Amino acid sequence: MNYEITENRALTASVHSMRLRGDTGSLTRPGQFVQVALPDFYLRRPISVCEWDRESLRLVYKVVGQGTAAMAEMKPGACLDLLPGLGNGFDTGACGEKPLLVGGGVGLPPLLGLCRALLAQGKKPLVLAGFGTAAEAFLLEDFRALGVPVTVTTMDGSLGLRGLVTDALGDLDYDDVLACGPLPMLKALWRCTGGRGQYSLEERMGCGFGACMGCSVQTAAGSMRVCKEGPVFRGEVLPWA
Amino acid sequence: MGMTDLRVNLSGVELKNPLIPASGTFGFGREFLPYYDLNLLGAISVKGTTGEPRFGNPTPRIAECPAGMLNSVGLQNPGAQAVAKEELPALRQVYTGPIIANISGFSEEEYVRCVERLTGQEQVAILEINISCPNVRHGGMAFGTDPEAAARITRAVKRVATRPVYMKLSPNVTDIVAIARACAEAGADGLSLINTLLGMRIDLQRRRPVLANTYGGYSGPGIFPVALRMVHQVTGAVDIPVIGMGGVTTARDVIEMMMAGAKAVQIGAANLVNPMACPEILAALPGEMEKLGIRALSEIERVPVN
Ligand SMILES: Cc1cc2nc3c(=O)[nH]c(=O)nc-3n(C[C@H](O)[C@H](O)[C@H](O)COP(=O)(O)OP(=O)(O)OC[C@H]3O[C@@H](n4cnc5c(N)ncnc54)[C@H](O)[C@@H]3O)c2cc1C
Ligand SMILES: Cc1cc2nc3c(=O)[nH]c(=O)nc-3n(C[C@H](O)[C@H](O)[C@H](O)COP(=O)(O)O)c2cc1C
Ligand code: FES
Repeated sequence: MNYEITENRALTASVHSMRLRGDTGSLTRPGQFVQVALPDFYLRRPISVCEWDRESLRLVYKVVGQGTAAMAEMKPGACLDLLPGLGNGFDTGACGEKPLLVGGGVGLPPLLGLCRALLAQGKKPLVLAGFGTAAEAFLLEDFRALGVPVTVTTMDGSLGLRGLVTDALGDLDYDDVLACGPLPMLKALWRCTGGRGQYSLEERMGCGFGACMGCSVQTAAGSMRVCKEGPVFRGEVLPWA
Repeated sequence: MGMTDLRVNLSGVELKNPLIPASGTFGFGREFLPYYDLNLLGAISVKGTTGEPRFGNPTPRIAECPAGMLNSVGLQNPGAQAVAKEELPALRQVYTGPIIANISGFSEEEYVRCVERLTGQEQVAILEINISCPNVRHGGMAFGTDPEAAARITRAVKRVATRPVYMKLSPNVTDIVAIARACAEAGADGLSLINTLLGMRIDLQRRRPVLANTYGGYSGPGIFPVALRMVHQVTGAVDIPVIGMGGVTTARDVIEMMMAGAKAVQIGAANLVNPMACPEILAALPGEMEKLGIRALSEIERVPVN
């Protein structure tokens, strides 16, 4: 499906925010992703939907390789072909009343749409964001604008608390965990919080819609596809013990 | 616009057009239902099935290439029993055309057991015997790289099969014609080729192979010329029908593959990067045929060698 880029700007030296206009009818839950077709690249790139409304969506992505570098060069007015509405997304109904949203680096973007959805349901989310340094931090203003408490950790202590997101858990009052970020962060968080909550995973993808079995993970509930049964998995089924 | 005839025939099985999603790139069809009505397809080759359920290889299982992709999925499938009892009946609910069961094994005995389990299924029109999976140790491709072993599996499967048997051949061989001849002489009703070409990618930063399995099968547009060459060589040497595949992406590719000698065409990786690949190719086919003065696909003749 075709989408028109309406904005594409840098948030930090390597993280960019892109807004696209087009059909968002297939987006039903925060935490779903799109598969972005890029000219000159064979495979599509999976990127989480940061937030969306009836006629536009926002992707926040980090330049890590050639495909995302090409994305960062794209100009407003250009068109992108996306497969929208992929994956299960977070289950906002099933989570607690005071969920802690934990994002590490570019795991943070889908938590913005999630935070909006939880607020709309009358829940009281709080946010915990981890970055390497202050210069790498992004999206914090967007969360603060929603009026939710935001705790930040950086590895070097240049912003917020020094250390990992798990170092900040002790001071927070929450009844559930919803997380997205690098695998070591997710595993540490899972251990610290007793294995409950919902965790968004990443895997290299051939298709993104369940056809190729490229993205399978073993879980306690059997084999699952990150792109189809995931990317969000309940803590109880994750084989991280 | 004049009428074009897209029908083709594989060992008595009538296909309304030559387009068949390739095994492993279409699951059991379900994932494509949001995109289109599967009944427009000529046939469907479903995911490779083994005697027992398999999880497959560790991830990463996918790597990108300039003109295609590597996969090392390793035959993840729910096993012959679940395919027979659940997957095929579910596919039949939404699709009434011919289904090609794709079968793999790690021993002659497993191939036979799997064929026995699936050959009697009302839904199965053709048995495609994969002796060319590059992603599993012990078996898979080992049977497809030696003419003797390929013939032995062909004979064993033919003994129990009640449907036409198409042996699926590996391109990872010095002489594919020798394997094709061995299968034909052992009684194969047809051949499917090519499976993926063994390849690798390296993560420059980490200085490690991208795939957890180190090597994986290369498919997509980059392998199209190799596939054409192999189909052309094989159809020059055997009289049984050949289903051609490998990198087919456009309607012109379909016609080119049929000019190389294929009677029908499978489409693999293209489905993964564009779920609408098959309907888009189908829509373009009559126009391309007319431009080339082709009225019926079944009339396309294999081009001669120069
Ligand atoms: C469900 C999901 C949601 C994601 N959401 C976001 C997001 O919101 N923001 C963001 O910045 N990144 C996100 N990612 C990661 C993003 O997909 C990769 O950073 C991106 O594909 C890298 O592409 P590249 O061409 O720049 O890198 P290259 O390394 O050149 O890519 C080569 C190949 O590897 C794949 N690849 C590389 N890294 C990853 C990775 N971490 N995960 C999956 N595939 C990878 C690419 O898609 C491509 O096929 C998400 C990944 C998944 C699976
Ligand atoms: C992800 C993936 C999984 C595959 N799984 C199977 C399989 O289970 N059985 C099989 O016979 N071929 C399998 N193949 C090979 C394809 O059916 C086809 O032969 C090959 O990909 C070449 O066609 P293409 O270039 O159009 O993809 C697989 C290919 C891919 C990309
Ligand atoms: S990426 Fe193809 S099944 Fe998940």
